[in-house]
Amino acid sequence: MKGILKLAYKLLVNDKAKFTALLLGITFAVFLIMFITSMFVGVLNHASSTIINIGASMWVMDPAVQTVSNSVGMPDYVLDAVRSMQGVKYAVPLYSGGALVKLSDGTYQSVTVVGLDDTSLVGRPQLIEGTIENIYAENGFIAVRDAEFPKLENPRIGSELELNDNRAVIVGIAQVATSGLYGTPTLYTTYERAIQYIPNPRYTISYVLVEPKSANDIAQIKQQVEALGYRARTKEEFMQRTADFFVYQTGGGMNMLIMTLISFAVGLSISGQTFYTFILENLERFGALKAIGTKSRDLIGMILFQATFTAFTGYGLGVGLCVLLIWLARLRLPSYAAMLTYGNLVIGFAMVAIIAGISSYVGIRRVLKIEPFDIFRG
Amino acid sequence: MPQVAIQAKGLEKWFGDGEAKTSALKDVELETYFGEMVYIVGPSGSGKTTLLSVLSGILKPNAGSVLVEGVDIWNLGADELADFRLQKIGFVFQDFHLFPRLTTAENAAIPLILRKKDWNESIREAISYLEIVGLKGRADLPPVKLSGGEQQRVAIARAMVSKPDILIMDEPTASLDGDTGNAILKFVHEKILDANRCIVVVTHDNRIYEFATRILHMEDGRLTGTEKSTT
Repeated sequence: MKGILKLAYKLLVNDKAKFTALLLGITFAVFLIMFITSMFVGVLNHASSTIINIGASMWVMDPAVQTVSNSVGMPDYVLDAVRSMQGVKYAVPLYSGGALVKLSDGTYQSVTVVGLDDTSLVGRPQLIEGTIENIYAENGFIAVRDAEFPKLENPRIGSELELNDNRAVIVGIAQVATSGLYGTPTLYTTYERAIQYIPNPRYTISYVLVEPKSANDIAQIKQQVEALGYRARTKEEFMQRTADFFVYQTGGGMNMLIMTLISFAVGLSISGQTFYTFILENLERFGALKAIGTKSRDLIGMILFQATFTAFTGYGLGVGLCVLLIWLARLRLPSYAAMLTYGNLVIGFAMVAIIAGISSYVGIRRVLKIEPFDIFRG
Repeated sequence: MPQVAIQAKGLEKWFGDGEAKTSALKDVELETYFGEMVYIVGPSGSGKTTLLSVLSGILKPNAGSVLVEGVDIWNLGADELADFRLQKIGFVFQDFHLFPRLTTAENAAIPLILRKKDWNESIREAISYLEIVGLKGRADLPPVKLSGGEQQRVAIARAMVSKPDILIMDEPTASLDGDTGNAILKFVHEKILDANRCIVVVTHDNRIYEFATRILHMEDGRLTGTEKSTT
């Protein structure tokens, strides 16, 4: 079989124009599929950045909450009630809201303010400058150094900001796992200071962060919170809820699906058509091979090899191109929302496998149909 | 007494059904022997190519049998028959059917590659056959760089490289000018034909009759006469 596959390989790659067209078609399709899905995954990941960065096991929230950035305030008794529930190791409040920072040129910059429980500071970021205790200093805020950090004019420890007409002092610089989706810088402070600086409706607790005593307690905590009229979600469930919102309620999911299908159709039509033309051009020679004594399974092997080789070379090039473009984009926009995951790679691989399968199926059908007698008849 | 290479008995072949039924072969009986170069000649539509296809295991007859070296080829399974053709029969097609993207040597080596022989060894053997057919130094060229006569020689090298006992040639001079066609058949007659090989040629071209050992005339699906070559 090795020699026959080498023959198939030479027949394929020596036809440089068609091989190039095939590769370009598949590479372009894979690139589009990977790029669109990776952008979408990136957006979903950034949309859940607060959940990832805070890292709490369970989140208690108003049932109306669809994404982490759109919280609905809860009254203080919810916190007390959750703390008294069976299976809860500890529960702390979290504030998340928006504010405006006045910049030196007089313009305003939106920021996200995260207020951590004053006592425990659960969900605190990793500091790269300063110490966490300084968050208790007068007007103390911690700035997150991410892609949005320069929008606050690159503050340093001791820098003063005017935040909602209040004086804020940067007491630490932190880093987080994931930047936010909306391009706003993030400031951390204590819960009490956050609700003091930012005008709020009557209820100020955005979320209650819960640590269950054990994984077995999650179900009963959920039940008890439900009975209270609120929702408790695990970290993963809350991320999924946020993702579902973007996928199903913003049109983003449908757009991604449409674009992925279009990319697939483009790849399939270009490579399928080119491969079919390649088979047609060599049809009589395949017939001659049959006459000489090539078995049908050897011909099928040759065509499958040609389609598979082209498809997976194109897959590699497409993935490489996608990685290169994301890398280039991140040189300019460090928080560029695109992520290649195993899921993306599997989707791309599956689509390429389908393209290879359909292309080779069409070719195989054609080759198996040709009768060697037709070669004699001319 | 020469040994029988191909023996056909009661061959019938028709295409279509009912009113559209066309008989291509009607009760054809023939024997060819090792050491002879048999021509099947006749007007267009007389059934020459159909007979050649049936004899070489490419087209199944509706009735009758074909024994090649004593093996009833139409009783073999599809894979066995393909193997039999690969081992025993060499084909030279009217339009050569060389792969333009392969080199001359790679084209000539195809039967060996199909027989799962090592690639490099196959190429080496193919080159030696290319030298036999007078194409020394052309092994690395693609067929499109060769003349029609040279391409037909490559096709002959491809047919001969696996040392088949039977060589089937379908209109071998149809795509060549008169002189080249003559030279090719002269070459086949002098260099390829031997006591252990039978060559069956279908042709219209009476300019190459001189190389035939025996000429079978066909008309309307029947063998109508046999003549020995005068040479």
